[in-house]
Amino acid sequence: MAHNVEKDDVTGIETTGHEWDGIKELNNPLPRWWLWTFYACIIWAVGYWVVYPTWPLISSHTKGMIGYSSRQDVMDKIAEAKAAQAQYLDRIEVASLADIRSDSELLNFSLAGGKSAFAVNCSQCHGQGAQGFVGYPNLNDDDWIWGGTPEEISATIHYGIRSDHDDTRYSEMPAFGKDGLLERQQIGQVVEYVLKISGQEHDTAAAAEGQPVFAEQCSSCHGEKGEGLRDFGAPRLSDAIWLYGGDRQALRETVSNARFGVMPAWTNRLDEATIKQLAVYVHSLGGGE
Amino acid sequence: MDQASQAASQATAPSTNVETIDVDAVNKKEERSLYKARVKIYPKRAKGVFRKLKWLVMAATLAVYYLAPWIRWDRGPNAPDQAILIDFPARRFYFFFIEIWPEEVYYLTGLLIIASLALFLVTSLAGRVWCGYTCPQTVWTDLFIWVERLTEGDRSARIRLDKAPLSVNKVARKSIKHVLWILIGMATGGAWIFYFADAPTLLVDLFTLQAPIVAYSTVAVLTGTTYIFGGMMREQVCTFMCPWPRIQGALVDEDSLIVSYKDDRGEPRAPFRKNMDWETRGDCIDCNQCVAVCPMGIDIRDGQQLECIHCALCIDACDEVMTRINRPLNLISYDTYVNHERRAAGEPEQKPRIFRARTVIYTALIALVGLIMLATLITRSTLDINILHDRNPLFVKLSDGGIRNGYTIKILNKKHEIRRFEIAVEGLENALVTVVGLDGTTGLTVPADRLAQFRVFVAVPAANAPDGREDFNFIVTDLADGNRAVNDTVFRAPE
Repeated sequence: MAHNVEKDDVTGIETTGHEWDGIKELNNPLPRWWLWTFYACIIWAVGYWVVYPTWPLISSHTKGMIGYSSRQDVMDKIAEAKAAQAQYLDRIEVASLADIRSDSELLNFSLAGGKSAFAVNCSQCHGQGAQGFVGYPNLNDDDWIWGGTPEEISATIHYGIRSDHDDTRYSEMPAFGKDGLLERQQIGQVVEYVLKISGQEHDTAAAAEGQPVFAEQCSSCHGEKGEGLRDFGAPRLSDAIWLYGGDRQALRETVSNARFGVMPAWTNRLDEATIKQLAVYVHSLGGGE
Repeated sequence: MDQASQAASQATAPSTNVETIDVDAVNKKEERSLYKARVKIYPKRAKGVFRKLKWLVMAATLAVYYLAPWIRWDRGPNAPDQAILIDFPARRFYFFFIEIWPEEVYYLTGLLIIASLALFLVTSLAGRVWCGYTCPQTVWTDLFIWVERLTEGDRSARIRLDKAPLSVNKVARKSIKHVLWILIGMATGGAWIFYFADAPTLLVDLFTLQAPIVAYSTVAVLTGTTYIFGGMMREQVCTFMCPWPRIQGALVDEDSLIVSYKDDRGEPRAPFRKNMDWETRGDCIDCNQCVAVCPMGIDIRDGQQLECIHCALCIDACDEVMTRINRPLNLISYDTYVNHERRAAGEPEQKPRIFRARTVIYTALIALVGLIMLATLITRSTLDINILHDRNPLFVKLSDGGIRNGYTIKILNKKHEIRRFEIAVEGLENALVTVVGLDGTTGLTVPADRLAQFRVFVAVPAANAPDGREDFNFIVTDLADGNRAVNDTVFRAPE
């Protein structure tokens, strides 16, 4: 109220007329630097409206003078990254796996590229560190059911295991218990024998009984001494690594019901350069042959 | 100053010709108010010992600032030859014979500790020496005031010009001043960027418009801050923005030499008159020269105050007056509180005590930190390894029951030449080491002044596998000169 200005006795500054419990608010002006910054911001904002996309319209928005678009910005950055990678990817596309591994530049690029491709496509089953889970092999170790050379790994990635691809790797173990191929007692004996050849605690008498059963039923695929046979995708039984567990109960379960997983064929899902990078990466995890 | 008062001052002091200036200490305590607009200060030119000293310090500090990036220092091939270079893209800092990598930034910490302790020491000895002589704000403000004096004249001429109506002369003088200020600002910003790139190359790039955008924007920002801080804000930076005036009160003591007015000698002050009796009055003739020269707008006779930057210009101003009226010098001088009290008690003055607990402690701390830095610099290794143990998987069981761990090892080659290394482990029985991409454990090649990363596997047979974990060392040895780096890490196995 301009006609009724009240001034504070101590400071001589007029009050706003607001009062809370006897405390009155002084009508100090805004600091000038603040005010000028405020005005400058307004001018800046007007400039911004003109230069950059700002105002929403009904079905689109104002485009601004320089035609900036954050989406286009991302597209450009991606295109830029793709162009930067192309020099390596083009070479990887035509190079053999051995050539890639002997060229430190291509090797490093493949290891990095393979790692990110692995995280996107493979880690769901094999784990982020390729450490595997029960039924999904650990790719860090030196036990390979289908072979651990870069070429074998590449073939596995291409065609998968028990996939719908014509060239897929395929093996099938009979369900000895479920299909009535072996008696319960025989299964128990053969399990003791497998425990024996893998160097674990076992019942010596039962294992001796299991030996002929193993020779008759299992050795054609798993080998005389359980050393495995890659052509049939038959795992080695005489080592410390088990896909579905190596204790008495897990073995009984496997012999009775048979177990095997499926890996999809990636040949139509990933391009050749990516599969090569994946093969090189998986091979580098420590168990490559 | 109008003619009447000029005439009056001439009348009161014809023999000595000391003019009494009608000047108000605009920033004195009574006038301090947070809501008050700034009152412009027109510092008068001072002449004397301290003014000369300040010119010298200004010349020296500006010379160091502008010239330092141009000093060359030969580091051999594959290394920049600029003595002082902060190379952000390559992540290196060069200072003459010192070269540090980003992880060695603690050298900078040591330098900052020494700098702050030195500041404490100097302040406890002689007050705000840093503020008064060497602070960039003081140096550049002094330079800007010098330009102002050059274009608009001294204090009274500047006041007249500001009050005068708009004229060609006024616009011309003001424009020249601002142009010169901006040029100084540009030179300031321009010199700054030379610390971050090869100076001669950047200078050419700068003028041929080839320099990176960040160079131009840095110059622009620093031009702006120099212009605003040195030309417009001046003493407000010290009073309102800088924390140092608040800290200094805790750093000076009764033995510190501080620019002070000897009120015991100066009071009661009174204007100068011919044939008066000095016995019944103080030496201060209230000519206000000390206030007129003050760049902070205060009156030193009011005693110690937050605004005072101890620039000592009031000492020069007062000494000049004392000479003219034939009185002893040092009415305003570097003085200690101890002596102030002793004079009041009628005791003789004593020499300022330089060796006191705090100065000795500060000096000892500076020496200690300096020695630690020197020792670490002398023993600085040109080879370092960083080891990252794989976390996923923590360990891998092999088909023979053995356990394997994976490591990512980074070898830092701080020499400007390619080096080849051998890697081995210590403290892990029957360990088998393999390096991805290499046959065997030798020939790990690291480019000059770079870091290289290797994947290393360590496998131990089942019989030697530890229960849970075991600490061991990686040893990297330079194949050429036998230089070794040892770093400890852990081997993990199932419990």
